[in-house]
Amino acid sequence: MADSPLRVLVVDDEAPARRRLRELLDDCAAALPLAIIGEAQHGREALDLLQNAPADLVLTDIHMPDMDGVELARHLLKLPHPPVVIFTTAFHEHAVQAFEVNAIDYLMKPIRMQRLLSALHKVPRLKPVSVEKLAQLPATARRFLSVTERSRVVLVPLEDVVYLKAELKYITIRTSQREYLLEESLTKLETEFGARFVRVHRNCLAARDHIRGFERRVNDDGDAHWEVLLAGVTETLPVSRRQQFVVRDMGRETAA
Amino acid sequence: MAAIIRQNSNRPALPDFRNLGTVLRILVAVNLGAAVVALARAPQASAAFGEWVEATGVVEPYLLLVLAVLWAASPWLIRMRFGMGAAVIALVTVIAGRVIFGAMDALAPLPPGTLLRWLLFGLIAVAFLLFYFHLRARALSPAITEARLQALQARIRPHFLFNSINAVLSLIRSNPKRAETALEDMADLFRVLMRDNRDLTPLEDEVLLCRQYLELEQLRLGDRLTVDWNVKSMPGDALVPPLMLQPLLENAVYHGIEPSSTPGTVSINLFLSRGEVHAILKNPYRATGGSHHSGNKMALANVRERLALHFDAEASLESRVTKDSYEVHIRIPYRTEVTSSATGAPTVTGPMPDPEDDRSGEANVRLAMPGVAGG
Repeated sequence: MADSPLRVLVVDDEAPARRRLRELLDDCAAALPLAIIGEAQHGREALDLLQNAPADLVLTDIHMPDMDGVELARHLLKLPHPPVVIFTTAFHEHAVQAFEVNAIDYLMKPIRMQRLLSALHKVPRLKPVSVEKLAQLPATARRFLSVTERSRVVLVPLEDVVYLKAELKYITIRTSQREYLLEESLTKLETEFGARFVRVHRNCLAARDHIRGFERRVNDDGDAHWEVLLAGVTETLPVSRRQQFVVRDMGRETAA
Repeated sequence: MAAIIRQNSNRPALPDFRNLGTVLRILVAVNLGAAVVALARAPQASAAFGEWVEATGVVEPYLLLVLAVLWAASPWLIRMRFGMGAAVIALVTVIAGRVIFGAMDALAPLPPGTLLRWLLFGLIAVAFLLFYFHLRARALSPAITEARLQALQARIRPHFLFNSINAVLSLIRSNPKRAETALEDMADLFRVLMRDNRDLTPLEDEVLLCRQYLELEQLRLGDRLTVDWNVKSMPGDALVPPLMLQPLLENAVYHGIEPSSTPGTVSINLFLSRGEVHAILKNPYRATGGSHHSGNKMALANVRERLALHFDAEASLESRVTKDSYEVHIRIPYRTEVTSSATGAPTVTGPMPDPEDDRSGEANVRLAMPGVAGG
């Protein structure tokens, strides 16, 4: 590690900002061996790049379209060898306080060469920031869920998710195409994406946009319950007794 | 460009008779007065309505005639001292009364004393209204209004400043010429942002500023931002509050362009229609913007309040969201000369001589008021 150059990826949606960072990194290269492995315009592009070209450090802007820097950092943790992430930001607002409090590294734009160099020197000793700390940052809700499959990170756009079902250790993500296994907690997902999903059962969140309607079913014992009908998939989901009010509330919404 | 005339704060000022707000207030006050008189004159409650109908039959033509004369005389009145102006208004009231009642008498003889009674009513109304406008001007005294205007001075997002500096830094090595232009644009922009922005400026200056601002944004955003200027029929000499458009364009870029990686267009349409300057700004609307969408209301409310302080009821700002676009429509009176008005704020008035560029089909909100001849 000490001998091999530091592999750096630059992520920013603004071309001049990327060019500037490249120039500064070139200046730093005299003092510290480093290699710029690429540039990306937003988080999603960065993740794609990193799947094939691993990096030691990702310098990423925070506010970007498609996928912001904080969400990128969360998905990067699922890579087999997560890189260190240092955020770059142009404004000093309360947002920055959260970085301070959680001791998350960031650089203020315009970045000074000396500041960048001392940050680069620290990288080999730094560990990737934990999910818990990243969750403390004031960021917008994630736009993707990420799962690891054969040591690759697969992104599942949230709008494709039909339902999330907790099963033993894992959560099953169901899209109209297929299923994915996710290692997260259903309760945390519910708090993070409360507006998008509705809990229909103790172990199940259904996407509001995918709910087509409800159907009353009577089983052999004569017990009646409701089933959720979903767009894009053939199976239905049972509504638990405790969540019956959902049928009434959503029914009213769809009727209106 | 006419020199800016600062109003002396303590001298009573005549109201601006071409200001819609002033005219509305006069109409309401006089009609209320007439209704009160009718009620008082009625021998019993049931006759009050008849009295009122009869009174309005006299008051309305009388009032409209006086207002029409004052509207026409407004450019001269505005230059007069208060006492002189008040005397002229009183004289107009008496002469208009004579004309109206002369005509009525010729049609159907009026009972003796009618003329005198109505002239008295008119003069009392004039005195009352001048006193009212004087009080109102004092309440909205320039000191207070200017303090409010100063507090409302548009603020640029720090985000923009630092990103721009960063963009300029990125150009210094590769394209020093472009870096120079960018720094010059920034200097101009910040000069306007930091100066005292209480006085109105010509629209063409505001447009130049907006062009410089958008140049800087283009530097950062590249192909993602397309700007569509439609200013061929813009009245460049029209006076507008400084930074009327720039904060709204900043919003358009911040909310409409930055949150998406697909290119978008911000369009600016400025034109003159029936004595009013219209500005229509449009940007793509991204429904899923998350936190990026907060804070939009502030710039809008700020511009709206500054428009109200300068133009009272004669200006408006409306915003509209459609499926995929966000639109702001500003309408202000076309004025090229600065004077003072009833509100005491440094507002504008003046002749509206230019040939009208009538663009039918454009959204155009107008208030139809009796006695207010179209510009």
